Amino acid sequence: MKIKKFVELNQVTKRYDNLTAVDKLSFSVDEGDIFGFLGPNGSGKSTTIRMMLSLVRPTSGVISMFGYDIRTHRQQVLSNIGALIERPDFYDYLPAKKNLEIFGTLSHTPNLNYRIDETLELVGLKDRAKSKVKTYSQGMKQRLGIAQALLHQPKMIILDEPANGLDPQGLKEMRELIKTINKDKKITILLSSHILSEIEEMANRMVIINKGASVAEGRVNDLLNENKMHVTFETGAIAKAIAHLQQTKWKNHLINHNSNTLTMNLQKEEIPEVTGLLIQKQIPVFAIKPVRSLENYFLKITRNA
Amino acid sequence: MRNLLYTELYKIFSKARTYIGFIAVFVIVSALEAGLYFEGAQILDFAIQHLKERFIFEGTLINANLITHIILNSLFIHIPFLVALVTGDLLAGEANAGTFRLLLIRPVSRTQLLTAKFLAGWIYMLSLMVFMFAFSISLGYSIFGPGDLIVLKGTINIFAADNVLWRFIAAYGFGILTMTTVSALSFMLSAFSENSVGPIIGTIAIIIGITIISTVGFSLMKPVNPYLFTYYLSSWQLFFEPEINTAKLYMAIVVQIIYTSIFLSITYVYFNKKDILS
Repeated sequence: MKIKKFVELNQVTKRYDNLTAVDKLSFSVDEGDIFGFLGPNGSGKSTTIRMMLSLVRPTSGVISMFGYDIRTHRQQVLSNIGALIERPDFYDYLPAKKNLEIFGTLSHTPNLNYRIDETLELVGLKDRAKSKVKTYSQGMKQRLGIAQALLHQPKMIILDEPANGLDPQGLKEMRELIKTINKDKKITILLSSHILSEIEEMANRMVIINKGASVAEGRVNDLLNENKMHVTFETGAIAKAIAHLQQTKWKNHLINHNSNTLTMNLQKEEIPEVTGLLIQKQIPVFAIKPVRSLENYFLKITRNA
Repeated sequence: MRNLLYTELYKIFSKARTYIGFIAVFVIVSALEAGLYFEGAQILDFAIQHLKERFIFEGTLINANLITHIILNSLFIHIPFLVALVTGDLLAGEANAGTFRLLLIRPVSRTQLLTAKFLAGWIYMLSLMVFMFAFSISLGYSIFGPGDLIVLKGTINIFAADNVLWRFIAAYGFGILTMTTVSALSFMLSAFSENSVGPIIGTIAIIIGITIISTVGFSLMKPVNPYLFTYYLSSWQLFFEPEINTAKLYMAIVVQIIYTSIFLSITYVYFNKKDILS
């Protein structure tokens, strides 16, 4: 079966005067994906999403959604897409139901009243439908944001940092909701986040961007392959440990060290062997911290962002 | 388009600020009519005391028509501000609230959205003008009753009671045209701004600024003045002259239409290309 490409970005660039916010970015989202769009804050995720939704014009490159060029078929694309971009801002002087009525009307939603009830029930806000949005908590606003994205039964929804401002319970509920929407409603999801664990938990495919450019793209399991790890050993005899390892087959696995830790490039199953070797030579090992190489890389670019 | 217009009207009339205009008109008209009820006779006596030496006045000069005319004079100073209060918020308010991000990802064109927003703002302005006219004249009739209208503007013009209503309707009609230009101006400024304070103050500053420059630098501005929209903001007074200066009236109408078209064209071109970063 041929996989449908719902989104294709080809060499998309956005410049603001001298600042390049997005730099020749290319990636694709397949039908049925929960696609992770990962990058540190300020890496160009929101700008990319705004270009996909025609809020911002690309400087160059092509964005195709459902086979249509967004520049020439804006209305066809937007009929099939729902989105929540950054904060869930609503007309807070109006009730939630009225907000959904406004957005549903503009999206030409059939059976609007029924859809509003159904969507509010899905996101757990049916009891608060008549409350003004200004009385809502951040978590409730996020859920209402998802409701407005789902209202017109789009083929795909784009959620930009949906976990922002949520407490742990709200975060858990949000993740459950996103999985339910993808699994039960068969809606493709593009999920933007700066938190690797969030993407890892929910997405099947992902792209990592940094400074507007793609760093890695592929299946989450492949990219976060547990066999490629940076393992840090904390020891009380660092010089002795390095000297000993230099005489073994592990000498090429050493990456760096400081006064009490050394980091090695190892596969998961090699960790016990190296640990045993150190202990055998009476080198005390206080802690072992394995970090997957991509995670390590992501942490590094996040720190530099 | 009908649905778009309905949603925009719903938003406008759900906001508290929309009713500031109606409340202001209600308070100002009521206060003026109450003041004139108690002290109008003395004020009018003072205003026409030199005329009384040469003319004999019969009947009640303070009547609904005079009151409506006085209110028209005083309120036309405030109306641009009350109009800009809503029309200046139409686009900037969405940017400020962050709702553009949800509004402009719908399958409607920005041109359609702008049209619906401007029409909704225009309907608000129209309703404010109709309210002002209906309230001032009905309150005037119920308190003071009908009578001939005396207009003091350089000369003294007296219009028979049965020759006044059409003049008020025409004056308000012209007023609606000038306020359409004011709406278009604040709408344009609203497209450039991320908060509604700027467009509201900007609109008033432009009107007052150009009016001051036109008045103070009169000799320098004389050739330019007929081409400024602000020059005609008080041209509704043309309808309270014995013979209407049709040449000036046509010029006023053409200038207002041209300025409205320019302001709206700039808004459409700019907003259709605008990156939504709010």
